[in-house]
Amino acid sequence: MHATHIEPATMLAQLEATKPERVTIVLLSGDLDRAMAAFIIATGAAAMGMQVTIFFTFWGLNAIRRKGAASSAKDWLRRMFGALNKGGAETLPLSRFHFGGLGTKMMQKVMKQNRMPGVPELMRTALDLGVRFIACTTTMGLMGITKDTLIEGVDQFAGVTTYLAEAKQSSVNLFI
Amino acid sequence: MQADVKLDTLGYFCPMPIILTSKKIKELTVGQVLEVISDDEGIKKDMPAWCETTGHEMVGLEEAQGASGRIYKAFVKKTK
Repeated sequence: MHATHIEPATMLAQLEATKPERVTIVLLSGDLDRAMAAFIIATGAAAMGMQVTIFFTFWGLNAIRRKGAASSAKDWLRRMFGALNKGGAETLPLSRFHFGGLGTKMMQKVMKQNRMPGVPELMRTALDLGVRFIACTTTMGLMGITKDTLIEGVDQFAGVTTYLAEAKQSSVNLFI
Repeated sequence: MQADVKLDTLGYFCPMPIILTSKKIKELTVGQVLEVISDDEGIKKDMPAWCETTGHEMVGLEEAQGASGRIYKAFVKKTK
């Protein structure tokens, strides 16, 4: 029997030479400022040629929900939760100085005046640059968020092992 | 310094100048120089860092006083 012999050291060196740097980000927060930080890092890394994956969980899922989409969760409790917890990248509140929406509106205005991209624009840029979006299925279930209410471009629906398998390969891991 | 292609990113904050650069550089051929014009001071550090990671060559940085602040010109040579 003949098997191709591969020198392990050569193999490893080749792998290391060709392996692109990877970044994984867990976005747990649904705050405008935190989501912006996550997307700025993601787009910056992608522009540097790094492979980027963002895992959306808990309130972070609000960033990838379509604005105003009604939850189609089966039980009324979760449907209710999905309805009360407003989603959409355009509607994320500031973590501080939200002031019932007034502070956030002011911040968005300042950003626009300064030609600073907001969360929706940064998110589109991230998708353009090949950043992968993964939605956490467990928290989707908990919060009454169904697949049909998420934006297009969500690459995978997965759980903690998918995250860990990717994080293990990454040189940059962030939890926001 | 002479550039083959110019990219105006005036008025854009981080990370837009770098993102626009990473898109624009694809349109150049190897050996050509891209001039990135920005009024974001961060580009002085960010562009060399981007070049180091991507393997393109930073061939120059010029700074001048514009009408409403400092203007930075970063010159990047496409290497691959």
